[in-house]
Amino acid sequence: MGIMPVIWQEWILFKRKFKTISAGALVSPLLYMLAFGLGLGKDLEVNGQPYLVFVIPGIIALTTMNTSYSSIAVLLNIHRIYDKTFEEFIISPLSMFNFTLGKVIAGALRGMYAGAIIIILSFLFGVNLNINIWFIILMFLNALIFAGVGFYAALIIDSHANMSRFSTFVITPMIFLCGTFFPVDNMPLIVKKFIYFLPLTHASQGLRSLARGDGFHWMNIFVMLTYLIVVFILGLREVYQVES
Amino acid sequence: MIELKNISRKFADKYVVKNLNLKIKSGVFFGLLGPNGAGKTTTIRMMLTLLRPTGGKILIEGKDLKRNMIDYKRKLGLVAQHISLEKEMSARENLELHGRLHNLKKEKREKRIKELMDFVGLWKHRDKLIKQMSGGMKRRLMIARAIMHRPKILFMDEPTVGLDPASRRKIWDLLKDLNANGITIFMTTHYIEEAEILCEDIALMDEGEIIARGTPTELKSRVGRFVLEIFNNGKTEYKFFEKREKALDFANELGGNVMLRENTLEDVFIKLTDHGVGD
Repeated sequence: MGIMPVIWQEWILFKRKFKTISAGALVSPLLYMLAFGLGLGKDLEVNGQPYLVFVIPGIIALTTMNTSYSSIAVLLNIHRIYDKTFEEFIISPLSMFNFTLGKVIAGALRGMYAGAIIIILSFLFGVNLNINIWFIILMFLNALIFAGVGFYAALIIDSHANMSRFSTFVITPMIFLCGTFFPVDNMPLIVKKFIYFLPLTHASQGLRSLARGDGFHWMNIFVMLTYLIVVFILGLREVYQVES
Repeated sequence: MIELKNISRKFADKYVVKNLNLKIKSGVFFGLLGPNGAGKTTTIRMMLTLLRPTGGKILIEGKDLKRNMIDYKRKLGLVAQHISLEKEMSARENLELHGRLHNLKKEKREKRIKELMDFVGLWKHRDKLIKQMSGGMKRRLMIARAIMHRPKILFMDEPTVGLDPASRRKIWDLLKDLNANGITIFMTTHYIEEAEILCEDIALMDEGEIIARGTPTELKSRVGRFVLEIFNNGKTEYKFFEKREKALDFANELGGNVMLRENTLEDVFIKLTDHGVGD
């Protein structure tokens, strides 16, 4: 059985909501690309490259983050608190480990889908990114981390209003600070040190470096893997608390 | 057999369930009744592994539930009080998800889906999304889902809440049929009439403890067979009598607005809990 029942359910829901999901995944990144990439950044260069080329890996990082996080966090929280469909999984013979893993992977796949849309869009905008297997791995790692954060948040937060606050205080600052729209080096030292602790910084830096064809830093992978292990364990611990 | 041994559950500093001891034999239709806040839902949630007891043990066929959790989960089914179906999925998909969660192979799963949807009269609505179905249809689907993997114990928390009388009766027939086929049913309900019709073994719970237990007839014998309802100054007072004549004599002496009738299970609750179910 493994994680397949969870993935199957997410697949059915994805197919049913395909148009809404696709449109939702498209709107924000498209606006970012138009506003920051073409509008604000038309005549800008960063690190010797056009701003649009600079900003797209950041947009891919933030989109995979945002989509992975919200596809799990919002629905799981609703399923746990309001419509209680979460209980169907808890009282089934599916192990809590497989449930957690299934949800995190399903969320990450949604993030990958949104990321893939941006990659296609970037080609349409005439930006050629160097996409290789490491680029995909880093994207997936980023998606897994934030699906894990969404899973954990959905289990510890007890109202929909507080879910929205969590997103405002944790997810939104990362969208703007973690080297997505501007180089982290521009920030004051103390802020820079803090930003380097955040996982999205490593995702956007790693993806940007790979998109340029410069390879990646193992430090990015190491930090992201550490985050993934920590959020997965936290989520697992919470789900075991639900099951008595 | 399910056995609850000294089960307790505390929220903050308050015990909602206190040293509860309960044995439920296999194959019975068991009803747990009581007023709101009596601890019924907390008890059922502990038995469903959805809530950890503060103290005590739950034994299934003599074995500690914690040691056989996965095996136990294979044997239990739940019809929850709330509609816990995925709204964006069809009736058939909801059953399919359940079958997959219980590791039913494709062929067996499909056969069972057809069988159960026929049983609950929903086959022609199989592709309808849950959000397009009526309350009664959803309830019947929840019953079909709960028994899809052929559980040994079926938990039902207020299974007919919010349904019209015709839908309730349809569900009663389904439940009677299931119990006749050997499934142990553990039900909580606010509808006393429902418990009286369906349950052969009833426990009355109040303030976290079992205060009475027996068959409906045994429980009714705890109060007088005849009940005199005395309506006075906007309040109804109940007097219980063993003999009809005594009740009539009392009513004649009293005069005024009175009504004599035979007792029901609800009278037992009112008398034993002093505030009735649902207060």
